[in-house]
Amino acid sequence: MTAACPVALDLGLHPGMAAAHARALVPDLDVRDAELEADHAFLERLALHAVAHWTPTACVSGVDGLWLDLSGTTHLFGGEARFCRRLLRFLQRIGFNATIAVAGTPGAAHALARYGGDALIILPPGKETKAIAGLPLAALRLAPDALTASARFGLERVRDLLPIPRGPLAKRLGLSTVTRLDQARGLAAEPIVPVIPFEAPRAERRLLEPIGTAEAIGQVIGDLIEGLAGELRTRGLGVRAAILSCHRVDGDTQRIAIGTATATRDVKHLTRMFAMRIERIDPGMGIEAMTLAAPRVEDLRPETIGAILAGDARSPDIALLVDQLTARAGESGLFRMAPRESDVPERAVGRVEPLAVPTGWPRWARPVRLLRRPELLANVVALLPDHPPRRFSWRGKGYRIVAGDGPERVHGEWWRSAREMWAVRDYFRVEAQGGERFWLFRRGDGVEAPTGDLSWYMHGLFG
Amino acid sequence: MSVQNVPLDRPRAEQLAVLRAQFAAAQVARGPVLPFGVPALDDRLAGHGLDGAGLHEIAAATASLNDDAAATLFAAGIAARFADQPGFTILWALTRFDLYAPGLEQVGLGPEKVLYAQGRNDADVLAMAEDALRDDAIACVIAEVKAADQTATRRLQLAASDGKTPMLLYRRHRSLGRCPLDQPSAAMTRWRIGCISSARLPYSGVGRPRWSVELVRQRGGEPLSLEVDACDATGRIALPAAAPDRAIAQVGAASQAA
Repeated sequence: MTAACPVALDLGLHPGMAAAHARALVPDLDVRDAELEADHAFLERLALHAVAHWTPTACVSGVDGLWLDLSGTTHLFGGEARFCRRLLRFLQRIGFNATIAVAGTPGAAHALARYGGDALIILPPGKETKAIAGLPLAALRLAPDALTASARFGLERVRDLLPIPRGPLAKRLGLSTVTRLDQARGLAAEPIVPVIPFEAPRAERRLLEPIGTAEAIGQVIGDLIEGLAGELRTRGLGVRAAILSCHRVDGDTQRIAIGTATATRDVKHLTRMFAMRIERIDPGMGIEAMTLAAPRVEDLRPETIGAILAGDARSPDIALLVDQLTARAGESGLFRMAPRESDVPERAVGRVEPLAVPTGWPRWARPVRLLRRPELLANVVALLPDHPPRRFSWRGKGYRIVAGDGPERVHGEWWRSAREMWAVRDYFRVEAQGGERFWLFRRGDGVEAPTGDLSWYMHGLFG
Repeated sequence: MSVQNVPLDRPRAEQLAVLRAQFAAAQVARGPVLPFGVPALDDRLAGHGLDGAGLHEIAAATASLNDDAAATLFAAGIAARFADQPGFTILWALTRFDLYAPGLEQVGLGPEKVLYAQGRNDADVLAMAEDALRDDAIACVIAEVKAADQTATRRLQLAASDGKTPMLLYRRHRSLGRCPLDQPSAAMTRWRIGCISSARLPYSGVGRPRWSVELVRQRGGEPLSLEVDACDATGRIALPAAAPDRAIAQVGAASQAA
């Protein structure tokens, strides 16, 4: 057993017990494997949350705790006691029983939080030695062999160690025991190594003289991109979005942003993308500092070129061109068409992002251009139920049909709207006497009245 | 007049050889030539095919939407054959999107091959086409515009020959009864495509569509006009098969005789 909740403790179970023993005590016990990695990952998340919300210095301590450095931060939450109560409530809300100890050293806090016995212990400064004196030796984070050795010598409590001279103590229990004891008492320093949330790569240039010309700005942008690309290369990252901030002499800040289709750290490409937007910067009285930050980055690792060495041609990479064209056409102006799950022709296509690789459509005859909305035909002469029209007029011109294929029946999508419950379209591909080829449909199957009113529509044009 | 001049400054054989070598070198430096696979058409084209590093203009024969669709498919078929390798992409730049992608897939331009770029006006479209031409990642560029003056076409032609990428300029009709190809242009070839009646099938169906293809002007060659069968699933046009009715008539006669 690695952990037990208060209910389990009441039943007489405690951590360290063998699973068989526990089963003997509580026959219907539900035993699950401990997930130490998942626990650790959750603690890491909690540490990041702490960094974002409570204190800049926080880290995971052991397998079941967190260290928060509260120096100079608790006044923001109304003092240490209030902050700790708030923290306990927060942890209770997300489903944890926690104990908190506030002490002058990490070692003492560690010991008191685990062996102190109270949910909340706030130790006044300088009382660490006295507070931990009554705790068992395990509270000191000793190495396992040191613990067994001390048990052999009959040392059980921290206070047993205090009168022993340091030399013999180090000889018997190891130097690390002395260090741990000193750390807990505040005689030796033990810094907390804080977890650092992800830091967005950035480059900055402060200028000796304010600049205002496009050439000078372009030069600085080039330098910034060089710097950023170097940082990205060492961290193995590529830019997906970058923001350039120009701080003007009068305190105003001008910002321009770019986005890229794939992660890149190509200096030439980034420079060109910014150069296309350089005229949007208003230098005013002059720019005295410029910052380039990449708030959105992705991993960009070297990739294997085995296939290319083996002689396979590499398909050209259009990502750079996509970025360049997006700068001209806008985010929505660049797209591919991809199939959608629908048989209704106008719903069977949809726009997707430019680097997607869509699959195709079924090979039914389809026109190359589709009218924005179907247009009603007039003077239609047609045999029911399944013949193409003999003649019709459209946009004020009469057509006589010489050949036709069809019908291709498309049923309405009843799950979209009640009106399409019974709706049917019969599509025909017809050729008129002059060689014009059209795509027409009739609403209704020509037999059942609820399927449609038998009106004819023009929907597309074949070449 | 040229006939009179010939005896006076007739080029010598070695000069001719040098010129021929220069011409061949220039041809090699250009992009690949894409033949149509129709001898009647290829033999009359200057390079025995479409120049893979040049500007080609395509327009519908009339302002009707059917001819427009035919010309679109003609351009799409050429682009599909330029981009026949897996992984190749073409750019289709336009201002008003009314293409139907399943229809394009049926001439060999699957959705994974086409990247659409929608600009706000013709100037946007031309600028994007030029960007794409100078980038070597694109197999072919199609741009749909209503107006492009000689400067614009010259820029496109230069970009196409610099980037060794074929450029198909699809010129839409601006007004009824006025062909968009009557303005001067720097294009290598200029095509006018119209719909004509397809061959009647022995049953009541629509046969393979048929187009009238008119090469209005080409650099270094004569204009021509002929009727072809429309693009198949790989974008290839073909010459109409000779008189299918006759074979059926013979079968009919044979069965009657028997």
